[in-house]
Amino acid sequence: MINNLTVSGSPHIHKPVSVSRIMWTVVFSLIPAGIAGVVIFGLDALWVTLVAVAAAVLTELTFGILTKKKITILDGSAVITGILLAFNLPPQVPLWLPIVGAVFSIAIGKQVFGGLGQNIFNPALVGRVFLMASWPKYMTTFNRPFSFDAVTSATPLAILKEGKVLEHISYLDLFLGKHGGCIGEVCILALLIGAALLLIKGYISWHIPATYIFTTAIFTYIFGGAQIFSGDWLFHILSGGLVLGAFFMATDYVATPLTAKGQLIFGVGCGLLTAVIRIWGGYPEGVSYAILMMNAATPFIDRYTKNRIYGVR
Amino acid sequence: MNLQEFLTIFISAVFVYNVILSRFLGLCSFIAISKETKPALAMSSAVMFVIVSSSALTWFVYRFLLLPLNLSYLRTISFILVIATFVQLVEMIIKKVSPQLYRAFGIYLPLITVNCAVLGVAVLNADMFFINGKAVAGSFYYSVFQGVCVGLGYTLAMLLMSGIRERLELCNVPKPLKDFPLAFIIASVLSLSFMGFSGFKF
Amino acid sequence: MKELIKEFAKGIIKENPTFVLALGLCPTLAVSVSVSNAIGMGIAATFVLLGSSLIISLVRDLIPDKIRIPCYIVIIATFVTITELCMKAYSPALNRSLGIYVPLIVVNCIVLGRAEAFACKNNLTRSFLDGLGMGVGFTLALILISSIREFLGSGQILGHTLVKGFEPVFVFGMPSGALLVIGLLLGLFNFIKDKKA
Repeated sequence: MINNLTVSGSPHIHKPVSVSRIMWTVVFSLIPAGIAGVVIFGLDALWVTLVAVAAAVLTELTFGILTKKKITILDGSAVITGILLAFNLPPQVPLWLPIVGAVFSIAIGKQVFGGLGQNIFNPALVGRVFLMASWPKYMTTFNRPFSFDAVTSATPLAILKEGKVLEHISYLDLFLGKHGGCIGEVCILALLIGAALLLIKGYISWHIPATYIFTTAIFTYIFGGAQIFSGDWLFHILSGGLVLGAFFMATDYVATPLTAKGQLIFGVGCGLLTAVIRIWGGYPEGVSYAILMMNAATPFIDRYTKNRIYGVR
Repeated sequence: MNLQEFLTIFISAVFVYNVILSRFLGLCSFIAISKETKPALAMSSAVMFVIVSSSALTWFVYRFLLLPLNLSYLRTISFILVIATFVQLVEMIIKKVSPQLYRAFGIYLPLITVNCAVLGVAVLNADMFFINGKAVAGSFYYSVFQGVCVGLGYTLAMLLMSGIRERLELCNVPKPLKDFPLAFIIASVLSLSFMGFSGFKF
Repeated sequence: MKELIKEFAKGIIKENPTFVLALGLCPTLAVSVSVSNAIGMGIAATFVLLGSSLIISLVRDLIPDKIRIPCYIVIIATFVTITELCMKAYSPALNRSLGIYVPLIVVNCIVLGRAEAFACKNNLTRSFLDGLGMGVGFTLALILISSIREFLGSGQILGHTLVKGFEPVFVFGMPSGALLVIGLLLGLFNFIKDKKA
């Protein structure tokens, strides 16, 4: 009862939209990509995802008990972190890897800052770059799709980095996810279905994903090829974690700028960094690093793109 | 001396071997002064200025004094003396010429004498751009450019960190982690994300 | 006598230069990849600390107040150069793995900090004990951090494998791991301090 009597200044929002409702919708929107991952890579993908989610939720619960705060596992944010982390892992990693990653994500990526709504970085990405730096050998061994024995195959981006010619991967295969890669990033079609749901619901805006993908495309078109203006931009959009990152990780509410202008800057920054790392960097993929770096710059972007208060100069 | 070399120095000094996040030089000032953006910026510009000028100065000292006289074992002493004298001099000049500028970054100048980043860059320059007691071609430009880049890396880390820490003022951080411990953890994540630039090839 | 022991012991826990005073963090983080590096650095820094504390407390009345800092720096730099040359002569491998962090002992805030805060005000014996205590405290802190990092980062301590089948967490051998370890350790010490108070 007492909660219904909270008095606060305007604006008063009457929509029945709560944090947990948004979060569970995001979880729902990630399901198509998850199903695609399981179809493509087999049940291993499912186990990795479930283990990551369980570890994330348990860590959140433990922190809630230790710090004697309200238990927040039902709001779904830990579930999202678990899913996103798992989606960024190769399907056949040993199962302790998603556990360690999820614990690190929640503990260092989120709880040290004070929990939900206060993290500076996207927790799932913090976990991923930690795993990438710690156990590169597991993080860069990928399976060939639809071959459920352990036949390894490099990701299209890794093949490109080694300078080999990409032969048999068509754009359609890239779009449907018939190539080696992380669990949740391969099937662009499924990701777009989920993203469409979030866009229609208005839970994410177009600013970051659109500018992010567009900038990466332009930059890889200009510098990605042997000559200038000859890069295969469509390939760069469809491969790697760009679509997953742009729609689901670069749009994290907490760690990205508040205003539309700030979000445009954020998207362009992510796009530039991703393209630069892909073309010249030592790693084949730069999405996680790009988003993390822009997360770090977010407080700064926010400061210079703040909307003017009406009547104040 | 070519463009590629300069690009490599740039990427490695600003990102891969960022002076603070990877080499840990100037860490004390970084942790102490990055609580707010304004002083962070003032400190960064002061550090930038001192690093660039001392890179040039120590290059001259090393190239024309220590090496010809076979005194390279006095490198540490002479470098720190040059830096300390230079900083003292600049402080006095600024105080006299522009009290305003002195208030803006003069107070940070004495601190910079013992900022390891300055001496660190001087020593690094001497290690990297002199081979067997001989200056490599263009070593002066490389040294100064490396000074600029290290300054930029320092400024970048400082700005990112101060922005983040200003925002954290509003957050409900667990009490034992408040301030320094959390600053180190953030620096750790920053350092992880800068690893994306490792292995750069042009 | 009791007071003198106290002078020595305070540097180890109560005023530990690394964890309590938060001084000299740059070399602490940079060289703590392996325990052997850490011990080498600890001994080198302790030697410089002892030497400079001794000399400074001897000549403290001769130095004019205004130029005391440059004088201290010259004295410290002299001892650093001695250390550098000795290390190059007797243990070139250690010198290579410590790299630029040996000359950087000059600007290690612990050394100058003790000179300014203690040695310039106290007599020979007390300065000596203070320097020794601080040096030992610094070395112990280095050993603590480096054992954590070496164990997690390579599964070994001083080259001996401790746990079979442990998958080393490479990140702890990297700069980012160093920052993480020191952050969490500082947090832990704060927590213990709060609990006690």
